[in-house]
Amino acid sequence: MMAAQPAPEAAMSAQAAERAMTARLKDAALAGTIAFALALPLIGFRTTDTGQGFTTRFGWVGIGTAAVFAGRLLLGFVPRRFRLRQRATRYTALPEGRAVTIAAIALIACAILLPVSPFASRRSIDLATLALIYIILGWGLNVVVGLAGLLDLGYVAFYAVGAYSFALGFQWYGLSFWNMLPLSGLIAAAAGILLGIPVLRLRGDYLAIVTLGFGEIVRIVINNWSAVTGGPNGIGDIPRPTVFGMPIAPGAPPGVTTLNHLLGIPYDPIQRLVWLYYVALAVALAVNWFSLRIRRLPIGRAWEALREDEIACRALGLNPTTIKLSAFATGAMTGGFAGVLFAARAGFISPESFNFQESATVLSIVVLGGMGSQLGVALAAIILATLPEFGREFAQYRLLLFGAAMVAIMIWRPRGIFTVRAPSVRLDRT
Amino acid sequence: MAYFLQQLVNGLTLGAIYALIAIGYTMVYGIVGMINFAHGEIFMIGAFISLVGFVVLGAFGITWVPLALALVLLIAMLLTAVYGWAVERIAYRPLRGSFRLAPLISAIGMSIFLQNYVLLAQGAHEKTLPPLITGGFELMRSGGFVVSVSWLQIIIVGVTLVLMAIFTAVIQGTALGRAQRATEQDMTMAALLGIDVDRTVSLTFVIGAALAAVAGLMVTLQYGVIDFFIGFLAGIKAFTAAVLGGIGSLPGAVLGGLLIGLIEAFWSGYCPSEYKDVAVFVVLILVLMFRPSGLLGRPEVEKV
Repeated sequence: MMAAQPAPEAAMSAQAAERAMTARLKDAALAGTIAFALALPLIGFRTTDTGQGFTTRFGWVGIGTAAVFAGRLLLGFVPRRFRLRQRATRYTALPEGRAVTIAAIALIACAILLPVSPFASRRSIDLATLALIYIILGWGLNVVVGLAGLLDLGYVAFYAVGAYSFALGFQWYGLSFWNMLPLSGLIAAAAGILLGIPVLRLRGDYLAIVTLGFGEIVRIVINNWSAVTGGPNGIGDIPRPTVFGMPIAPGAPPGVTTLNHLLGIPYDPIQRLVWLYYVALAVALAVNWFSLRIRRLPIGRAWEALREDEIACRALGLNPTTIKLSAFATGAMTGGFAGVLFAARAGFISPESFNFQESATVLSIVVLGGMGSQLGVALAAIILATLPEFGREFAQYRLLLFGAAMVAIMIWRPRGIFTVRAPSVRLDRT
Repeated sequence: MAYFLQQLVNGLTLGAIYALIAIGYTMVYGIVGMINFAHGEIFMIGAFISLVGFVVLGAFGITWVPLALALVLLIAMLLTAVYGWAVERIAYRPLRGSFRLAPLISAIGMSIFLQNYVLLAQGAHEKTLPPLITGGFELMRSGGFVVSVSWLQIIIVGVTLVLMAIFTAVIQGTALGRAQRATEQDMTMAALLGIDVDRTVSLTFVIGAALAAVAGLMVTLQYGVIDFFIGFLAGIKAFTAAVLGGIGSLPGAVLGGLLIGLIEAFWSGYCPSEYKDVAVFVVLILVLMFRPSGLLGRPEVEKV
């Protein structure tokens, strides 16, 4: 109100601006109040474990409340068209197919060269093997969730079946890694079919809960059936893969030639890790090749059609149950392979490794990577597997961030961060 | 016989708690057609807020049990309801009209987030609360076995029944209830007829969260031990209860809750108790396979 005689329009716009400011302040105050109510009981007070006393952390509550107030106020000044909004869920603005191919080839080249690169150490190779196991799990679940659109919350069950069938097969029948790798895949696929038959008639969200129940049943049974599975103590002394029947070891029992002896090189523990890493890489590439191929077959196209519209599929004469079952079995088999690799890497398995958190981690890999995208899933798996290595501080917040990221991605980028998935089959516009 | 009766009493108490949580699932499913996977976590948060409430009130010298109980009940319902509201506003409302699995994945993310939030804010250890309400009476005595009912069990079942009566009355008789039922039938049409759909959905989450907070309070009192992970199993069991009773049906949720409580109590009483969770999961799977509409639900017709 500095001007002596403001023009009527200016006065009106000043009034409007004032009103808008009041509205923003009110909105921000409301958000701050809610943040305060959320933070006060759980952050403001921390009870001791005996429930007798407590400590207070009101400083944090104040900071949180102020941050939400300020954030909301600032958001009010951002013009509406610049705000993040939910993107269309259809495939729009696909990146060029060539860029994806180049990225994939570069990634594979890096993976192959890792053990001879300067980064190679026992720790990094072991971590890379873990990342590969997560990539395989991610690709397996990707078939079920990303392609067929079936939300499987008990995927860890098949991972467990694979790992335990390898461990038990070795313990009872002395079967080696190479015998058990295909066998465990088949057993896991059979488990997938067995579990799938009764439940696949269910609608999406019911299916999710039932698979979650199956995952828990498998874990509880493994945990309690001590006579067979060793119960909570798990199974140890699981062998590592051999090289054409020759173990990598410093010495060998009579009658067995070690690889070191044959080649005349001294034994080094890293050799085992590198070999397992290459085996995992080979399995991963095989799984990737298989999923890329099967997408173009009628069965793969049926999966995607089913995801988009089940009723239309039925009207066109496709049998949803068989299609779902095949997707479920394929995913389960891949999970079984990953389980065998996991058991061989750790040398020891126990039910603790196969809880719901693990299912949730694999699911968030698929969601983050963009459901249906092979490259996206691989990148997400690498990130999620290696992030905890950047310090214990971070490991503590890992799951918190996973959860928040899953929500944020569903809201803003429901097709994943790295949306690089091209439709398997496209009608060419000529 | 006496043993049977004791399991019956225990099962009914447990069932009342499940029923309170199951109402939240069933109402949300009825109105927005999604499984609120984070509801178990809301229950867990309710339990923690109750615990904090008791401890803080104790520090202020409010130790007279009825007053402390009433205050904590109020505080827990109020603050947990804020959590319920916030979850809906942040994680579900922006997803209305998104693709089919989006709200469910978002709910799973929210559930993981809340679990780890409480883990970080309150620590990973189990929290214990010394029993506040002790004593009870003997129902009957046969042989050497005494069937006892604690005052706490009476309170749990009593409070549950009263709250259910109140909320059933709300849904059948008030404007909010009418708006809820209209939104449930057809969201677009309800909006056209002047119902504030966003507000109705929010209130549904608020009511569900408040009831879950009561369940959390009851669990804290009954068992005296809580940790950040209790929401997971309780949530699945309550969901099973909601499905068993017929999802979307309020009396169904209560019936389902009581049945699940009884199944669990009798299984623990007569069968190997390590497998009691398996028993509940098997019930869930069987119900979904053979009677997906539950005991009291309406069959769902799929429309194009």
